[in-house]
Amino acid sequence: MGNTASAGNSGPKIRSDCRISLELTASGGMEINLSSKVISMYGNSIRQLVEDMLDYFGIKNVRVNLDDKGALPFVLMARLEAAVKQLVKTERVFLPEEKNNHQEPSSPDRFRFTRLYLPGNSPALMLNAGIHQPDGLILDLEDSVAQDKKYEARYLVRNALRSLDFMGAEKMVRINQLPGGLKDLEHIVPYGVDLILIPKCEGPEQVLAVEKEIKRIRKDARILLMPIIESALGIERAFDVAVASQDVVAMTIGLEDYTADLGVKRTPGAKESFYARSRLVNACKAAGIQAIDSVFSDVADMDGLKNAVQASRSLGFDGMGCIHPRQIKYIKEGFLPDKDEMEKAKKIIMAYEDAQKSGLGVVSLGTKMIDAPVVKRAERIIKLALGQGLLPKDWRNEQGSHHEA
Amino acid sequence: MSKEVIMKLKKETMSELVKNEAGRWVPVEVNGQTQIPFKGVAAYKPRGKKFGPAVSSCADYPADGNKQVDSLRTALVKAGLRDGLCISTHHHFRNGDLLANQIFDIAKELGVKDLVWFPSASFPCHEHLIPYLEDGTIHHIEGSMNGPLGRFASEGKMKGVGILRSHGGRYQAVQDGEVKIDIAVIGAACADSFGNANGLYGSSATGLLGFALADSQYAEKVIVVTDNRVPFPCVPWQIQGNYVDFTVQVDKLGDPEKIISGTTRITKSPDRLYMAELTARFCEAAGIIKDGFSFQTGAGGTSLAVSEYFREIMQEKGIKARFARGGSNKYLVSMLEEGLIDYILDGQTFDLEGVRSMSENPSHVWTSPFTSYNYHGKGNFAGMVDVVILGATEIDLNFNANVVTHSDGYLLHGIGGWQNCLFSKTVILPVPLFRDRIPVIVDEVTTLCGPGELIDVVVTERGIAINPLRKDLLDAVKNSGLPVKTIQELKEMADQICGVPEKPVFDDQIIALVKWVDGTVLDVVRKVGEKP
Repeated sequence: MGNTASAGNSGPKIRSDCRISLELTASGGMEINLSSKVISMYGNSIRQLVEDMLDYFGIKNVRVNLDDKGALPFVLMARLEAAVKQLVKTERVFLPEEKNNHQEPSSPDRFRFTRLYLPGNSPALMLNAGIHQPDGLILDLEDSVAQDKKYEARYLVRNALRSLDFMGAEKMVRINQLPGGLKDLEHIVPYGVDLILIPKCEGPEQVLAVEKEIKRIRKDARILLMPIIESALGIERAFDVAVASQDVVAMTIGLEDYTADLGVKRTPGAKESFYARSRLVNACKAAGIQAIDSVFSDVADMDGLKNAVQASRSLGFDGMGCIHPRQIKYIKEGFLPDKDEMEKAKKIIMAYEDAQKSGLGVVSLGTKMIDAPVVKRAERIIKLALGQGLLPKDWRNEQGSHHEA
Repeated sequence: MSKEVIMKLKKETMSELVKNEAGRWVPVEVNGQTQIPFKGVAAYKPRGKKFGPAVSSCADYPADGNKQVDSLRTALVKAGLRDGLCISTHHHFRNGDLLANQIFDIAKELGVKDLVWFPSASFPCHEHLIPYLEDGTIHHIEGSMNGPLGRFASEGKMKGVGILRSHGGRYQAVQDGEVKIDIAVIGAACADSFGNANGLYGSSATGLLGFALADSQYAEKVIVVTDNRVPFPCVPWQIQGNYVDFTVQVDKLGDPEKIISGTTRITKSPDRLYMAELTARFCEAAGIIKDGFSFQTGAGGTSLAVSEYFREIMQEKGIKARFARGGSNKYLVSMLEEGLIDYILDGQTFDLEGVRSMSENPSHVWTSPFTSYNYHGKGNFAGMVDVVILGATEIDLNFNANVVTHSDGYLLHGIGGWQNCLFSKTVILPVPLFRDRIPVIVDEVTTLCGPGELIDVVVTERGIAINPLRKDLLDAVKNSGLPVKTIQELKEMADQICGVPEKPVFDDQIIALVKWVDGTVLDVVRKVGEKP
């Protein structure tokens, strides 16, 4: 290990982050050079934090240069720890206060219409992400983090899991491609992650490797898994992946890599990935898990997004990834049943229940016969609508009045 | 008035301090002028007559009406420029203004000292004047001190004490004789040699000249400067030549690029858009958006977004607004042209679409601080507006708000029309809970600019706080599903996220007064001190 290390970001466009450089010295104690845009408000507490942390890690003689752009405490801590650990070998961790313990743990069958990707090394984008109310927030350690920032991103993601207000969103992390991604796990598994995305998954053995490492780190952990299929081979083995573990609750597809693997261009019509997406949906449904579609990458094209959502829903997907908060509303709207669908579903369920009561074998609505799959689909729509508060719990009574205008 | 008086170390411009009705310690004399402490929102009643400049006679002016002189310098000399005068300018050219800087370049050349600059607002381009504040050409500024000028003042480097007023307060101060303008220099995009002027036509077009109205009416000497002279008559005469002493033609009044932006833009920040949407949803739930209502939103990115959400709601409901107060911009103009608004009552145009609309649409009407904001008049428009959307740098637990200083104590913004707009029926401040690490909701504002009793709703990305005084609003949105919180809850959230900030350290020296709309002293701004 060397004498100098640094972590974090600084520069004219950087906000809510900081850059810390450490230089171990032979003597002279701690020398802290702090420049901060919030120095008059938090200068003393920042110095105190730095001193406390260096003490904690047993560093006595050091020169610290800290260029702070208004980083929150959990960010400062992550940056300093990432720098320290390049200089000192230690098992100790310095954790920010846990602020997320009020949030219910996730459950396998919760809705996952929208999951917002957040670059795992960009604190400014994380701070308010929850206000846009996605079903899940993905702290990404993989593609959105530059290679030389992978190390420090783990600490930031760990601290974010503890400190960031997810506002009810499922706490998700996308780890790096295996086998490297296995090393990410010890930074996230003990710290409240709900679901882990496994990128570039090509077979059940990868799911099992992740599951095994999770159990090694924390026996009692129930952490849900969402493999991402991004290759031709992965698609061929999609069903095996889907049933590899009880903890796999959803599976998704990454079309950028998949089309690259095929050697074709990704087009707006998505014809080139029709087979792969259908196959993925089929595998998911066969395994009884959710099928989640790839992201729509043009964040300015809302009409294109709406069309893509419609296409995606009609293929059988249950949700879609988001790369910008603006997309959340449109995707959610697209996956939720509209008024006509809900009305129709209500009528089907009521007719079915009536028929059950009067012991009729055949259910009909108007002149149309209703068979079991139709009822099943209607139940799914009602469940969705109830879960999203689109229908009151006593919707049957509302229906009872029948003659609403 | 509270009788509690304390003595402080004095500088030449400072006097004893008294505690005003808002609980703030303010001086009773500044820059050699007696000051009245704030007495409550509608408590102070002025007495006496309005100010009147000397009576003029046509005998002293060219019979043919041609008041043209060869240069700004000549005009200033003929107007009697000398030590200690008060020189006014207006800010319609915004950050593209070249005129104010030229005036003081000339003053410097002439060796004139101790001038008072009385702009309707200053901009970063006026950083040019800092050497004149240093060498005593300018004694102090009465008007907003933005950016570099604010920083300069906050470091205690200005000779006199700055006076911050709202747009309405500026008109009031001139009308009441609190500020006696010796020479008003009015830059106009279009003017004739008699002095009739407007801001509508020419390369420096700004739409209107409302901020210069008081200056034309009450200054002892008035100079109109244009880069677009037209033969008499220049119509419409937003400024009447009958008030004008001299007219000057120059090559260029301003830098058009910076005067007016070709495009005002709605924020792209998803967080700010969310706040804007929440604000509009609040207005809808509270029943404010109804047929024939009126509103005012600023030209900031978040405010623009609020009016866009208003548009959606109005279209959906099939209703229209009777009027919108501007700051006009292309979004407001398109609402006017689509028939969603009957009238724009415009105080300043923020983009070229605003200028175009004002020059061709009779329903796009220019206003002035007199009609819109002056508190010492027989009413004004501000109180007639149903809802106004404003910003703030800080808001405290009593809903008091600050718009001039930042939490680090530095003076960085002017008051603008902000204080005047607080008289609207519902005042809503959409603000982020924190900026980077700086909490916006605090226990007590650094500088008091608006009393909390006039501020009704604070909308943040993490919840909406309604002033407990507005029971009607609390009731109206009770079952709306909107995230209503108390202001205490918001503050606790901010502290949870950011940590409790240290207070800035101030020196005793007062560097500026914050006036209330009636000319009384609401608060002071002090020199920023060194941390021990």
